[in-house]
Amino acid sequence: MYAFDFHRPATLRQANSLIGKVEDAKILAGGQTLLPTMKQRLASPAAVIDLSGVPELVGIEQKGRNLVIGAMTSHAEVASSALVKAALPGLAALAGGIGDPHVRHKGTIGGSIANNDPAADYPAGLLALGATIVTNRRRIPAGEFFTGMFSTALDEGEIITKVIIPTGGKFAYAKFRNPASRYAMVGVAVGKKGSSVVVAVTGAGSDGVFRWAEAEAALGKRFNAKSLDGIKTPAAKELNSDIHASAEYRSHLIGVMARRAVAAATAK
Amino acid sequence: MAGTGIGARVTRKEDFRFITGKGNYTDDINRPGQAHAYFLRSPHAHAKIRKIDTVKAAAMPGVVAIFTGADIEADKVGGLICGWMIHSKDGSPMKAGAHPALAVGKVRYVGDHVAVVIAESLAEARDAAEAIVVDYEPLKPVVDLASATKKGSPVIHDAAPDNQVYDWHLGDEAAVKAAFKKAKHITKIDLVNNRLVPNAMEPRAAIGDYNPGEEAFTLYTTSQNPHVARLVLSAFIGIAPEHKLRVIAPDVGGGFGSKIFIYAEETICVWAAKKVGRPVKWVADRTEEFLAIAHGRDHLTHAEMAIDENGRILGLHVKTRANLGAYLSTFASSVPTYLYVPLLSGQYNIPAIYGEVEAVYTNTAPVDAYRGAGRPEATFVIERLMEVAARELGMDPAAFRKKNFIKSFPHQTPVIMCYDTGDYNASLVKAMEIHDVKGFARRKRESAKAGKLRGLGYSAYIEACGIAPSAAVGSLGAGVGLWESAEVRVNPVGTVEVLTGSHSHGQGHETTFAQLVAGRLGIPIENVAIVHGDTDKVQMGMGTYGSRSGAVGMSAIVKALDKIEAKAKKVASFVLEASEADIDFKDGKFSVKGTDKSIDFASVALQAYVAHKFTGEQLEPGLKEGAFYDPTNFTFPSGVHIAEVEIDPETGVTTIAKWTAVDDFGVIINPMIVEGQVHGGIAQGIGQALLEGAVYDANGQLLTASYMDYAMPRADDLPSFRVDHTTTPCPSNPLGIKGCGEAGAIAAPAAVMNAVTDALGHENIAMPATPQAVWHAAQAGLARAAE
Ligand SMILES: Cc1cc2nc3c(=O)[nH]c(=O)nc-3n(C[C@H](O)[C@H](O)[C@H](O)COP(=O)(O)OP(=O)(O)OC[C@H]3O[C@@H](n4cnc5c(N)ncnc54)[C@H](O)[C@@H]3O)c2cc1C
Repeated sequence: MYAFDFHRPATLRQANSLIGKVEDAKILAGGQTLLPTMKQRLASPAAVIDLSGVPELVGIEQKGRNLVIGAMTSHAEVASSALVKAALPGLAALAGGIGDPHVRHKGTIGGSIANNDPAADYPAGLLALGATIVTNRRRIPAGEFFTGMFSTALDEGEIITKVIIPTGGKFAYAKFRNPASRYAMVGVAVGKKGSSVVVAVTGAGSDGVFRWAEAEAALGKRFNAKSLDGIKTPAAKELNSDIHASAEYRSHLIGVMARRAVAAATAK
Repeated sequence: MAGTGIGARVTRKEDFRFITGKGNYTDDINRPGQAHAYFLRSPHAHAKIRKIDTVKAAAMPGVVAIFTGADIEADKVGGLICGWMIHSKDGSPMKAGAHPALAVGKVRYVGDHVAVVIAESLAEARDAAEAIVVDYEPLKPVVDLASATKKGSPVIHDAAPDNQVYDWHLGDEAAVKAAFKKAKHITKIDLVNNRLVPNAMEPRAAIGDYNPGEEAFTLYTTSQNPHVARLVLSAFIGIAPEHKLRVIAPDVGGGFGSKIFIYAEETICVWAAKKVGRPVKWVADRTEEFLAIAHGRDHLTHAEMAIDENGRILGLHVKTRANLGAYLSTFASSVPTYLYVPLLSGQYNIPAIYGEVEAVYTNTAPVDAYRGAGRPEATFVIERLMEVAARELGMDPAAFRKKNFIKSFPHQTPVIMCYDTGDYNASLVKAMEIHDVKGFARRKRESAKAGKLRGLGYSAYIEACGIAPSAAVGSLGAGVGLWESAEVRVNPVGTVEVLTGSHSHGQGHETTFAQLVAGRLGIPIENVAIVHGDTDKVQMGMGTYGSRSGAVGMSAIVKALDKIEAKAKKVASFVLEASEADIDFKDGKFSVKGTDKSIDFASVALQAYVAHKFTGEQLEPGLKEGAFYDPTNFTFPSGVHIAEVEIDPETGVTTIAKWTAVDDFGVIINPMIVEGQVHGGIAQGIGQALLEGAVYDANGQLLTASYMDYAMPRADDLPSFRVDHTTTPCPSNPLGIKGCGEAGAIAAPAAVMNAVTDALGHENIAMPATPQAVWHAAQAGLARAAE
């Protein structure tokens, strides 16, 4: 780790003004990604603005037909929230399957989606749920937010404040964990709202989370795991290949995980 | 069993300290005025060093000193050594390339030590290290084990122009050839024993300290054998004579063999302490451990077994290529030779065995002993062969083993070892019963209904532990003797300190050794303290590895206790005014036969020290005795593990559905601690079979240099183990102990792979059987079945 200045605002206003003023500053949420990269000297911000002292960024609320989750809400809070479990059990399960207990208690939803790791779980989940990401400046639909591996629609100095998630549809997420890191080697989130179906795939794409159109079309006709029989899984050449999984294996797993997600979403 | 003596499940005395964070590890120690070391490591697998420019770095804030290979050469610091001489088939000695603690002229693996920066803080040392400019001339690396000795390969050490360290053999080649001529059936297999990275919870660490007043060094280090570290640092590396070098290995958080060796970092810390006139501390981070700790295993093997028409084994021929990495680590040469081929007879009566081992250099981290060291590799070969042979012969694998078990003892194998005792059939029968092998067919049908493949695999392992008779290992090339020492000091109030040359780094010696002493002397276990890990306190000892601390270390304590008892009887005879021959010692009391006169142990201790009842001519005062124990043979723990797996062919995920272990460890001191050792060993063995594997790319970059890519077993990867025992006491040591520390890691890989291949219906899969590998293999198996 290199030396840096440390700021700990107590309100969102202070955070806003700091991020506008302080040069080369990085926001610190749970630190589960940022701190390891700083320790390894892969990131060297001149300053860090720690959001953990901003209470208004934490919490889970039901607002009308939506769940509203503060950016600094930890994965453990989402996983154990009675509200989330009742409205979107699949999302509680997704959060409960992230990393290990330590990571779940420190890592946050805002940090996870701002980072947009190509193997993270939330990006696929929020895409499939049709969530909206709220920042200190605007609202961004999930479909426009995740713009590629480790990249998002966030501008310089933009802070995620909360995530709005519509409830009422069907949703489930099936994850095949990387045996070493336990990130998603392949994760498939399936969301159905009315007649529209979103199938979002994480962990497999060579440029981060993506939607699997053929599966969406098939499931749009009939929302049943059997509908995916005979549907060709995404082509290996668009997928990642590494020591843990060849692109061919990942392609195969997308089909398996999609079927399992649909089965879970339709199970009662 | 109640009480605290041998056989009791005494909870570990050391655990309170560890669980409450009160341990004293090397990183917990800070010396006044201490500076911090950071090692600049090679980013290249193989490169010439044209120039190292430290001018800018040396001027950076906080920098105390920067040293390179040139400085240690100028100071005539000796290179790191390999302490076991192996001779090739042609009689030539192994080709050991120089191993300087800081690279001289050339780097040979990613992580090799190029320079050390010593600064006021670690951060400043790292900053300065980044400012060092090294002019490298990259060379082609040798990474692939199979082709490392091919003509035209880049040369790693001039001393070994074809990258071969040795080409060694053991056994009777002609006898094996004859056996194969007679064979009715020959089973052949090719095996990969995957490279592993030891991952003790505590990374390595060292503090060098120099006292100019006494011209004496102290090294605090994460060592399994501080006396051996002192010997090597003194006699070979030349830091200081032994009486001017104190080595302290305080609490050590796991080793698994990787902390036996004497490494560059600790050598540099202790040497540099005098150079800079300040204590120098270094603590490895996890990435450094992945890159530069000595790795384990890494064999390629072709093996053939000859079998007659009655299903009896006639002979075994094993050809192995072992990767020793870029330099020879402290005991590297012995692991794929004398710790490997002599175990290839397994539990079986095999009249002829011939083993050939070619050890090679590659541009990868050095490879040395890791939990089991050679014996897991041997068990993997013989137990995979047994299973495959049984399948080829259409025999039940248990029946095939039973047919070939050694049944009478002592048994001389064709490869050095003379097994003293055992009952292999008993372990197998008991394991099969506990496991409900009979119910396997039903369980397999149930799995099939759910779309899963189920398989069962055995591993009937043997190991040679209690390493070992000094004369024997000496004749095989060891540079040291492998006895153990103990000193028992009885204090005037009857409490006892035991100084042992063994070193505990997770094994629970403070408990088991105290159980022995408390039981023998009839005193409360709280009154016994075990002292280890400090060369200034403890007499010369050989340390802990190879499951030797019970069989050898405790036997030394027994010898010392024998002397204590004899002396105490003399004291008692004066106090009780009886003849020595009439004194009985039982349950902590000395009594005169046939009378009610008695005195307890503590009172005798006091009498020994006040010395009022005898004269100096009659008896020396005091109660303190020492002993050195050199065993007459190795010990031979054995057992049977049965693994049952379930494979999801859709994803390739293998689940361990059931695990049974029946081990014969001889006499068990503390069953709870033994079970812990077995559980941990099995976890490591399952890790090797299903999860772990160090992978280098073609450029010699380690792709698995963190937990993001190196898969360690976690609790939820493992089933609940059923662990049981059979017992044949070891005849070659006074307690009948055989040893248990490595058994699980030795037995497990073969059991898992035998089960996985049973489930898949073919042998075409290598460790680690990751989901990806199993999925591909399952696809192939399904395709085959469809034909
Ligand atoms: C061992 C381990 C295992 C893991 N396993 C998984 C897994 O299985 N699945 C998974 O999805 N994730 C996994 N993670 C990642 C984890 O879930 C964290 O969520 C993730 O690291 C980022 O969240 P954080 O709160 O820690 O953010 P930080 O590390 O603090 O920040 C990450 C990035 O986001 C930026 N940022 C943070 N908050 C905001 C905000 N409100 N507005 C704008 N930018 C912001 C930061 O500046 C930084 O660039 C794992 C992490 C570890 C260490």
